[in-house]
Amino acid sequence: MSSRPYIREISKTGWFYGQPRYLRYMAREVTCIFIFAYTFLLIWALRALANGPEAYQAFLDALNSPLGILFNLAVLVGVVYHSISWFSLTPQAMPLQRGEEFVPGNIIIGAHYGGWAVVSLIVLFLGV
Amino acid sequence: MAKSNKPIVWGLFAAGGTITAFLLPVVVLLTLFAALGMTPGLFTYEYLQAFAANWLGKLVIFGFIFLSLWHAAHRLRITMHDFGIRHDLWVATAVYALAALGTLMTFFYLLRI
Repeated sequence: MSSRPYIREISKTGWFYGQPRYLRYMAREVTCIFIFAYTFLLIWALRALANGPEAYQAFLDALNSPLGILFNLAVLVGVVYHSISWFSLTPQAMPLQRGEEFVPGNIIIGAHYGGWAVVSLIVLFLGV
Repeated sequence: MAKSNKPIVWGLFAAGGTITAFLLPVVVLLTLFAALGMTPGLFTYEYLQAFAANWLGKLVIFGFIFLSLWHAAHRLRITMHDFGIRHDLWVATAVYALAALGTLMTFFYLLRI
């Protein structure tokens, strides 16, 4: 062994820049911040709901603002990225075997996308 | 075999990740409509109140919020490490406490509806 081994300096905080794979990984992981924040928006809505119609209207009024629009837009981008990255991992997370062969990953991912579309359309249809 | 709490943590993370992947985009789209001043039916007081007033609706809301909180908390714990914050005990305590607080708030608000 060399007396002066080469140690490559790697930044603890910025290691994922410059490598598209690492950047995609971090983008995927960071979606949790959007989910965390948005869930607290839902909890805020529940609190307003429990406090009665006036409190709930105040919540809707607060939501109906440039900040509310910006927040929801940002969260929307984050959660769509979460869904895409989550479904794209499903063949690795739960491989399916039929007989000797494994079901191709594209079929598993495609089935999840199909389910996602159906669930979204049902909620959209019932919720609008 | 040594006992580990990993399967529980991992199971909740996976369940939360799956349920949020399927449901959150469309729910966020609906609140975006509300933010734009076109409150969708689901987010009107009458509809949401009726939904949360029966025990099945309460269970759906509680399960959804509980799982997405634990999913986000667990992933945030790992992400903090990736961002170079190496005090896992502090980070874990903070994120799980935040998730637990949100879960408790949800529980008590739902009881009052």
